[in-house]
Amino acid sequence: MTVRLRVRAPGPLSVIEDLGRHGTSGIGVGRSGAADRASLRQANRAVANPEGAAAVEVTLGGLELEAVGGPALLCVTGAPCPVTVDGRDVGAYCVFPVPEGSVVRLGPATAGLRSYVAVRGGLDVPEVLGSRSHDVMAGLGPAPLREGDELPVGAAGTAYPVVDSLPPPSFDGPVVLRAVRGPRDGWVKDPDLLVTTEWTASDKTNRVGMRLLGAELEPVDARRQLPSEGAYRGAVQVPPSGEPVVFLADHPVTGGYPVVAVVVDEDVDRAAQVRPGQALTFRWVEAP
Amino acid sequence: MTEQVRLDVLPYGDRALLVEVGDTPNVVAYVDALRAAEVPGVADVIPAAETVLVVAEPGSPVGALRSALLGIRPDPSADASSDEGDVVEIPVRYDGPDLADVAELTGLSERDVVDAHTGSTWRVAFGGFAPGFGYLVGGDPRLHVARRTSARTAVPAGAVGLAGEYTGVYPRESPGGWQLIGTTEAPMWDLDRDPPALLRPGARIRFTEVGS
Repeated sequence: MTVRLRVRAPGPLSVIEDLGRHGTSGIGVGRSGAADRASLRQANRAVANPEGAAAVEVTLGGLELEAVGGPALLCVTGAPCPVTVDGRDVGAYCVFPVPEGSVVRLGPATAGLRSYVAVRGGLDVPEVLGSRSHDVMAGLGPAPLREGDELPVGAAGTAYPVVDSLPPPSFDGPVVLRAVRGPRDGWVKDPDLLVTTEWTASDKTNRVGMRLLGAELEPVDARRQLPSEGAYRGAVQVPPSGEPVVFLADHPVTGGYPVVAVVVDEDVDRAAQVRPGQALTFRWVEAP
Repeated sequence: MTEQVRLDVLPYGDRALLVEVGDTPNVVAYVDALRAAEVPGVADVIPAAETVLVVAEPGSPVGALRSALLGIRPDPSADASSDEGDVVEIPVRYDGPDLADVAELTGLSERDVVDAHTGSTWRVAFGGFAPGFGYLVGGDPRLHVARRTSARTAVPAGAVGLAGEYTGVYPRESPGGWQLIGTTEAPMWDLDRDPPALLRPGARIRFTEVGS
């Protein structure tokens, strides 16, 4: 019998993610994948998986998993949170064994928004269009975890984990996202408001995007409509309300509102860890 | 005789560039030329109404890609309905609730609307509204009609519609404002099929009439 992780409690939202889909945007299905790809890669490396193995993305903690059918080797990265095995504290950013029948539990994240639970061998759920990622927007991939789900663990590779613990990145302190101006900065009266405003992430934030409060980017001409354009992760789109939205992993493939700036790819991972209510700013950078 | 397409390449972060090509037939021609040129370092191409978003491979600088994209020479005179490639046939029952309105708006008879819709090969220009939806261009220009003044809250899956220069088929029930002229039973989207979408950008499509 293969090893499985049985979901005893899913927390507010736990989904399976890898690094997403390739080449499906033409048929209306976006990239998807982990909202914070750097943390997913880090968790997978720690347990000697390929970087893009499927893992659990846990929003705000609360996940409980039981090892069934054998032991499992896990690591939790991303938003730091208390991690216990049968009540014993093991901590995030550590590689730890979960004996058969033992329960690993993630407490509420102390900073950041999304934690990643990688298991050695990866989660071997069926692929959809070449990926094991749940995509909120397209409505495909493995469904969000529910109590009682059993997640099969894949076969471990020949590589072995080489570290017991990892240096956790800091999720405290001010969030400054680097952004490249354009392509449609000319569609709002004052695009520099983006970098001169202290924004607050609204509670209308999910895997599709993060809406920002703090100022209104007024259109130059409210009646002018932009024909649909392709979109990409990190795009800062300005709907008629003037409140910008930063596109995250499950963004629509095309959008009809002007994109006034695009966050540098690496910084989109940081954006995905911003909590509702948290402050953030932007800084202009030149396109490379 | 080929008319030069005016290209403009706009910044789109550090991983992508947005190419403005003017109109949808030019989008089809640009994507054809881009694919034929096999530009290295391209990870994804996302066509839309008047633009093509080109995503670079990780580690491939967008600066280098920029000049390559400006060097692509699309040929819009290579007719969108040329016979290259396979043609996907979509059988349609022309019983849509807006067929009479379309006839009136275009000054054609209902019979002429059906003949015009089935009489040319369309190309899928771009997708994006929903998985499996495609905006088709290259049809009979007499069929250009505005959207309905009010959108329907529920258009059934398989409804065949017209809007502006486009025709399309709703892959699943959704709200929509297109003028509905018919219905097809051909599934637009089936995850158990490879590829799941019947309409992929670049594909050539011919509608055929089936009796009601």
